[in-house]
Amino acid sequence: MSSGTRTLSEHESKRRLASAGVAVAPERLAADAAEAERAASELGFPVVVKLCGDRIAHKTERSLVRLGLTNVAQVRIAAEALLAAARPEDGAVALLVASMIPGRRELIAGCVQDPTFGPCVMLGIGGIFAEVLADVAFRLVPFDRTEALDLIAELQNQAWLGPFRGEPAVDRERLADVLVGLSRLMEGDADVVSVDLNPLIVCDGEPIAVDALVEVRAS
Amino acid sequence: MSEKREQEVLERFRPLFEPRGVIVAGASSHPGKFGFVAAHNLLSQGFPGNVYLTNREGGEILGRRALTSVAEVPEGAADLVFVCTPPATVPDLLRECAKKGVRAAFLSTAGYGELGEEGKRAEEDLVRLCDELGLLLIGPNGQGVISTPASLCAQIVAPYPPRGRIAVASQSGGFVQAFQNYAQKTGVGVSRAVSAGNCAATRLEDYLEYFAADPETAVSLIYVEGIDEGRTFFESVRRATSRKPLVVLKGGTTAGGQRAAASHTGALATDDRVFAGMCRQAGIARAPTIEEAFETAATFATHPLPKGPNVFVLTTAGGWGVVTADRIASSRELRLMPIPDDLRAAFDARLPPRWSRNNPADLAGSETRDTVVECLAEAAAQPDVHAILLLGVGIQSNLAAMERAGGFFPEHGLGRIVEFHERQDARYAEAALEMERRFDKPVLIATELVDCQPENPGPRTLREAGSLAYPSSFRAVTVLEHLWRYARWRAR
Repeated sequence: MSSGTRTLSEHESKRRLASAGVAVAPERLAADAAEAERAASELGFPVVVKLCGDRIAHKTERSLVRLGLTNVAQVRIAAEALLAAARPEDGAVALLVASMIPGRRELIAGCVQDPTFGPCVMLGIGGIFAEVLADVAFRLVPFDRTEALDLIAELQNQAWLGPFRGEPAVDRERLADVLVGLSRLMEGDADVVSVDLNPLIVCDGEPIAVDALVEVRAS
Repeated sequence: MSEKREQEVLERFRPLFEPRGVIVAGASSHPGKFGFVAAHNLLSQGFPGNVYLTNREGGEILGRRALTSVAEVPEGAADLVFVCTPPATVPDLLRECAKKGVRAAFLSTAGYGELGEEGKRAEEDLVRLCDELGLLLIGPNGQGVISTPASLCAQIVAPYPPRGRIAVASQSGGFVQAFQNYAQKTGVGVSRAVSAGNCAATRLEDYLEYFAADPETAVSLIYVEGIDEGRTFFESVRRATSRKPLVVLKGGTTAGGQRAAASHTGALATDDRVFAGMCRQAGIARAPTIEEAFETAATFATHPLPKGPNVFVLTTAGGWGVVTADRIASSRELRLMPIPDDLRAAFDARLPPRWSRNNPADLAGSETRDTVVECLAEAAAQPDVHAILLLGVGIQSNLAAMERAGGFFPEHGLGRIVEFHERQDARYAEAALEMERRFDKPVLIATELVDCQPENPGPRTLREAGSLAYPSSFRAVTVLEHLWRYARWRAR
């Protein structure tokens, strides 16, 4: 994070992204374990529960994510443990309950400030081989759908985007929605400095953001 | 670009590329000095305008009297000054020149931004001074400018390329030379070329704006190491590429290359993946090598754009057909189209049954006097065929060359057959040119003989017609990819 900026909470980040047209996993904010249980029942199992707050940027490193919870008892245990793990410096926190998105493939996408060319949107192949494949491509903001489709076509591993072990091909139009949405967000919200969508899980061909971090200029 | 803006741009660069007269400041009688070379090159390549050589000591240079000061130059007689004097002398010199009506200054003088902080300050002062004087400043630290429509060769290096439609701007003088050497070798010529040096005031995107408006230019070719203002560059490039193709060679794509670039031009590192995306977005044909950069530009300058991805291969050399098919089939841009039924029937009617009956159409030695030309015409006339590669041209003349030199020539019937073979290869090249013109689609000839036997009648006929032939089919496919990508981008 650069100086003079702050990150939005995951929930707030996703709210911004959803309003720009980026598909995000259904989720609810819960203040305590009881509310988390209700939210989970409404969303349907399995769910994921995370500790969420403006000052929490690295949830995985701090084990603040509980995946694949299949019933209310598991949700309660997870929720209580997460609230207990909150530190004073985290400030106001809440629980984020979201549907588990099944899918074998992960993409990463985001917005960055390039020192030469300014705001750019990035797309890459994610998952455990992301660093090894190093397959990412960029476009300067703003751009349209045609350009977004060309950005997708620029990735080296095109076969990776095709049908895979019974899963349909990645829906390029839906992925273009995400990219155009990111472009629109960068263009429209002058305070947005960067966005990190990691991962976008490919579920039935549709890329869905299951984690998101938006960095904004501190006002 | 609006009409008015276009006129402004053409007018702004007119003293650089179409000068009435040129002053060589710091001209020298010593053949080892840049001041001599600049005078020599300007005087020896037929520049029809006024040339004034100035030098503190006066004297005689190349049979001309040198003036001791710009003050002696008649008012309004020169609009370009080519500066070979040291930095300390430059400000007074430029003031004198401006008084005489000079409007553009090419500074070959080194010792500015490339030397670090102090040099950078001197460079900033120089830019300010040229602004005040209304001078278009090129460089400093550049190797020269050429403009073939004006017979202008104001450079301290060689060669002076043939006239053509490629415009070059480069942050490395060495690459201007390289592109001009390729132009000389291939016969695909250059309209304007400028070694942009440190780009203190006039940047690559400014030249590109001019090239886009310039009626003498069909395609721009640039070498870039550093970009100061990425957004400005992107926006101006995109405007330029919407009118004419642009080929870019970028230096400093790796950490190692970026270190070298920092000491060469002081360029700051850019993320190459962002640069790559910007290129696609702006319709730039980005070439990873110097050869590909030139060949791509030369193709844009001499061949039409394809209207689709379908490539048809016609060959008299089987193996070349096979590997070319592999190359096209693995392309992400192009398509090895199946042969259309009526085209197969047309070939069947002209060839014995041992031809391949597919794409590539391998004539397998079954061709007679007119079959290659006729088959080429049939393929070119097919609307679904968007580009043609013709392989095997020159094989007969290669044999003819051996027969000519073999000691039996011209007896034993060799005289007649050798002449026949040589005429055939020239005919194939002429047919390719004619089909390309008639059907407005690329018909490219690729053979190693372009490199190995440039005087072979096949390659020679194309070169003399000002068209580019390719030393291998791989290189021809690579440029076709660039052409089709650009055509698609333009149509968006």
